[in-house]
Amino acid sequence: MPTIQITGGRIIDPSQDIDQIGDVWISGGRIVPSDGGHDHADVVVDARGKIVCPGLIDVHVHLREPGQEEDETIATGAAAALAGGVTSVACMPNTLPPIDTQAAAEFVVLQGRRAKQANVFPVGCVSKGRKGEELAGLGQLVAGGAVAFTDDGAPVSNAGLMRRALEYSKMFDLVIMQHCQVMELTVGGVMNEGFESMRLGLGGMPAAAEDIMVARDIRLAEITGGRLHIQHISTARAVELVREGKRRGIRVTAEACPHHFTLTDEKLRSFDSNFKMNPPLRTADDVAAVIEGLKDGTIEILCTDHAPHAREKKMRELDQAPFGIVGLETLLPMTVTYLIEPGHLTWSEAIRKLTINAANLINLKNKGSLRPGADADVTVIDPSTTWTIQANQFRSKSWNTPYDGWEVRGRAHTVIVHGEVRHTLGGIVQESAASA
Amino acid sequence: MLGLEDLSREEILAVLDTAESFAEVSRRDRKKVPALLGRIVFNLFFENSTRTRTSFSLAAKRLSADVQDFSASVSSISKGETFIDTAKNIEAMGCDVMVVRHPTPGAPHLLSQHVSSSIINAGDGAHEHPTQGLLDLMTIRQAKGKIEGLTVALLGDISHSRVARSNIWGLLKLGAKVILCGPPTLVPRSMERLGCEVAYRLEDVLPRCDVINVLRIQFERQQGGLFPSVGEYSQFYMMTQDRVRLAKPDLLILAPGPINRGVELTPEVADGKHSAILDQVTNGLAVRMAVLYLLSGKMDARPAGE
Repeated sequence: MPTIQITGGRIIDPSQDIDQIGDVWISGGRIVPSDGGHDHADVVVDARGKIVCPGLIDVHVHLREPGQEEDETIATGAAAALAGGVTSVACMPNTLPPIDTQAAAEFVVLQGRRAKQANVFPVGCVSKGRKGEELAGLGQLVAGGAVAFTDDGAPVSNAGLMRRALEYSKMFDLVIMQHCQVMELTVGGVMNEGFESMRLGLGGMPAAAEDIMVARDIRLAEITGGRLHIQHISTARAVELVREGKRRGIRVTAEACPHHFTLTDEKLRSFDSNFKMNPPLRTADDVAAVIEGLKDGTIEILCTDHAPHAREKKMRELDQAPFGIVGLETLLPMTVTYLIEPGHLTWSEAIRKLTINAANLINLKNKGSLRPGADADVTVIDPSTTWTIQANQFRSKSWNTPYDGWEVRGRAHTVIVHGEVRHTLGGIVQESAASA
Repeated sequence: MLGLEDLSREEILAVLDTAESFAEVSRRDRKKVPALLGRIVFNLFFENSTRTRTSFSLAAKRLSADVQDFSASVSSISKGETFIDTAKNIEAMGCDVMVVRHPTPGAPHLLSQHVSSSIINAGDGAHEHPTQGLLDLMTIRQAKGKIEGLTVALLGDISHSRVARSNIWGLLKLGAKVILCGPPTLVPRSMERLGCEVAYRLEDVLPRCDVINVLRIQFERQQGGLFPSVGEYSQFYMMTQDRVRLAKPDLLILAPGPINRGVELTPEVADGKHSAILDQVTNGLAVRMAVLYLLSGKMDARPAGE
């Protein structure tokens, strides 16, 4: 493994409250002290004018393998992650078959290693077969490498099962991630229920369907003492419920995706299925509440819900097209352009939500930080570059994004995983004279 | 021609005026003009229809177009071909106009991004049915001499009705007051934001109405359980002779059809002196001729090679 010197960058590491100009050194796949007496680097990354931070971690992606490789594979998804500056992903278990056994979790880990792109961590199912009836073998999933549990794609509707999951998972201190949706309230829904769905004649999914499940699960987390994580929060009331739960000391965390802080349900007027996601795009009031939740720390994690679908699937009529959009390659610029640049979050606050908070959520002890000894996963960001998102340039196998053609700021410039430069836009990596 | 929401007041009036002139063609011995001679009109119906499909076919034939019907149930759609690919194939056969009916809101809009033929929305799910909206406007204007200043109630399943949405846009643009009446599960309060009044008691609404448009319960588009029974619905919302007597003496009753006698209105009301149901059908032909004719003008205006 090469010794790497990342030199002259603005180092932002919220895990150590660092925001300063300096060098980061990497050796043997680990971060090493910058004053550790190194006089030689095999690779020098000139990071002047750039931001150097721990590798970004996305706790919510769908990689579709096994079963739907036409949409994405673990290799293409992990490559898309790198292109977006993401060095680790936690992938959801709603594959075919679902990740509900130790062998299935090990398959994901193995494919991730083979791909040698971003780190890939499996999230195991809460219930066997994601049927919402019986607990999956949570302990065996942990043995297979699972870092959390969820039935995402669908909620754990059965309150009794959710209670047991929150209780039982305490023995591993892993989090239960919940897709909050009362299914009985969203039958036939393709978008947020409200003025826009009425105007367009499209089936609606009321905000209350999310709020009610969030309220129920926070109460269940309270009585069990388990760790509850609210996935892709999208409504004003749900944000308020999480805020209130935290205030009462309940172990609840929440994540938000860029589409829920940049887009509203008015976009559906185009009838474009790239605006169809679940939870759906909500109203301007909800968007404001999500941003407020990010600002005051109620929502401590930014992620994507990267949901790739092959073009032929998204080209169908709106009610037949699947829910979801890709996000790995747009997470960083959306965060920069719509949270940092308008002043909602500082760089340090945003990077905290993309690194150490995400690492803590899924118990990655050696990631999300640039402290000496940590895994050498580093993202170098060009904060000032302006560029146009072009879906046909994505490394992801699928191009279903609502942001195609958008002009944005900020881009991953160099991405280092496990002490190796695995992605670069070119130009700033140079072999040092000594090693050449 | 994707919906009345997209049309201006002037454009709507232009279609209505053109339709009036085409109504005369239908009264001639030889009911045919050569306006669309050599043009090909495809009826792409992905949902059942009798009235609208026949009306569009006849309208196209009276303009001397060649008309081809397409039914999803006997097409390659049933073999898995996508809606867009089917339409592209039809366009490759030289189609000039596609008349599209589809159960999904926005399906004609989606198509318009993939083909260059003129597209007429003949009903997309619960979204819009613009030619029905236009023929309703034409029927009201014929009977009342105007639309501005009238109070028009839409009665019944507003939530799932494309006819309601096209009526709302058209009536509001032409200056009518619109009242939406039905059970709260079928008339969302958010509809007030469109500029309409929402009411739940028909008896309160009727005395103020110049026109009432009785809409069908869209059993095929709702999830069920939105009202306890057809019997209970009829008890509160069926137009009966007794209820007609609560209204102004010159009340005009419309119904887009197919009508459910004994559910939405009694036979006496459907066939009574206030009813303009068959005039609507006649006007539908004129409106569709007008729309096809006006779109044909746009076709001629297309630059060569497009």
